[in-house]
Amino acid sequence: MQQIFNFLIRNKNNILFLFLLSLAVFFTIQTHSYHKSSFISSANSLTGGIYSWANDFDKYMHLDEYNKRLMEENKQLRNVLTNLNDTISVENYTDTSSFDGTYYFRTARVINNNYAKRNNFLTLNQGKEVGIKSEFGVITSKGVIGIIDRVNNRFSRVISILNSESRINAQLSKTNHFGSLIWNGKNPNIVQLIDVPRQAPVKEGDTIVTGGKSLIFPEGIPIGSIEDFKLDQSESYYTINVKLFNDMTNIGYVYVIENLEREEILELEEQEDEQ
Amino acid sequence: MNNSILKNIIRFVGLVFIQVLILNNINFLGYINPYLYVLFILLYPFNGNQSIFLVLAFLLGFSIDLFEDSGGIHAAACTVIAFIRPNLLRFSFGISYDHQNLRLSTTPIGARLSYIFISILIHHFILFFLEMFSLSHIIIVLKKTLFSGIFSVIMIMLSLAVFSKKYR
Repeated sequence: MQQIFNFLIRNKNNILFLFLLSLAVFFTIQTHSYHKSSFISSANSLTGGIYSWANDFDKYMHLDEYNKRLMEENKQLRNVLTNLNDTISVENYTDTSSFDGTYYFRTARVINNNYAKRNNFLTLNQGKEVGIKSEFGVITSKGVIGIIDRVNNRFSRVISILNSESRINAQLSKTNHFGSLIWNGKNPNIVQLIDVPRQAPVKEGDTIVTGGKSLIFPEGIPIGSIEDFKLDQSESYYTINVKLFNDMTNIGYVYVIENLEREEILELEEQEDEQ
Repeated sequence: MNNSILKNIIRFVGLVFIQVLILNNINFLGYINPYLYVLFILLYPFNGNQSIFLVLAFLLGFSIDLFEDSGGIHAAACTVIAFIRPNLLRFSFGISYDHQNLRLSTTPIGARLSYIFISILIHHFILFFLEMFSLSHIIIVLKKTLFSGIFSVIMIMLSLAVFSKKYR
């Protein structure tokens, strides 16, 4: 017994070191496994509070640009709106638009944004209090940002599309060939669209939008344009480099999208499984 | 004694804040960030209690991880360099470092540089390796280690030079 204690005391630093190291590695592995998300994240009141305090200052530096972006978006929406009125008055209004109350939009501000690492996250200054839950989509007027991952009362964390865990269903805007959007970790302006079938007419400069198979994003939200493409090793699928419309290094304000029909669709799909 | 504890607490909190609020947003050439907070580990009293030092190093890395959403990569890297620091000190400053009251600012510049440089390289390599978490990205890991490492060493040497009076 004495010897065991002596051994422990003599090696206490080594044991402590091994313990701390395995704890750290455990945390690391936990963040690498999607959905089994850890309890450590920047969406807690301490780090969130500090970030939102620091971001108040940063906000003023970019006000000019945010205003310009808003003007641009307003202009676009006004154009759509006037044209919409015309069509309604002229023809019988048959619904073809996908934004007919299926989706609910909320606004939020990005208080922490990283893009230089392999797995990037953003922190938003809104949380459960305004009804944000995990698995909501996040976009700007220019395109897709990511998917909400963790929420607490006042803050939420977003898995950026610049994250190795992120897989967003996307398609070519001209034809409906779809694939999944991933990021190879190299350039924060370029993401990769994989598993696009070889038959698809891929052309440089074409637009990539979100696909209709996703329950998170509405169909047709812009993502980016095709930079270049090549066939993968099996020679049957394209791997496409997509240049993002969003500048991921400077985001500012975002919209959080809730799909109001998501629960019902999921319920239906579960029922099918049971039968 | 109390003065030294207080100084280390202030250094700890101050370095974490500088790191997360300023230095993590530099992203020079897209991915190069200096990691100045390692300075806490480099400057911690050489004759201090090793167990407390290990725990402090872990907590330092862990607080950076909290802000960065990076799991435990900083915590792991910090714990490792805290653990091997006695060996690094012996390597850089000779066998008798713990018998004399050594101060970093009074050591010869070559020895000091080698101590800082080796610590930073080990720290950054573990950091970026755990971040990528795959052997197929080893080239990016080495590239990031080298460039961020040089940047960090310059930052650390500069801040040592600026604040050197305090540590004399």
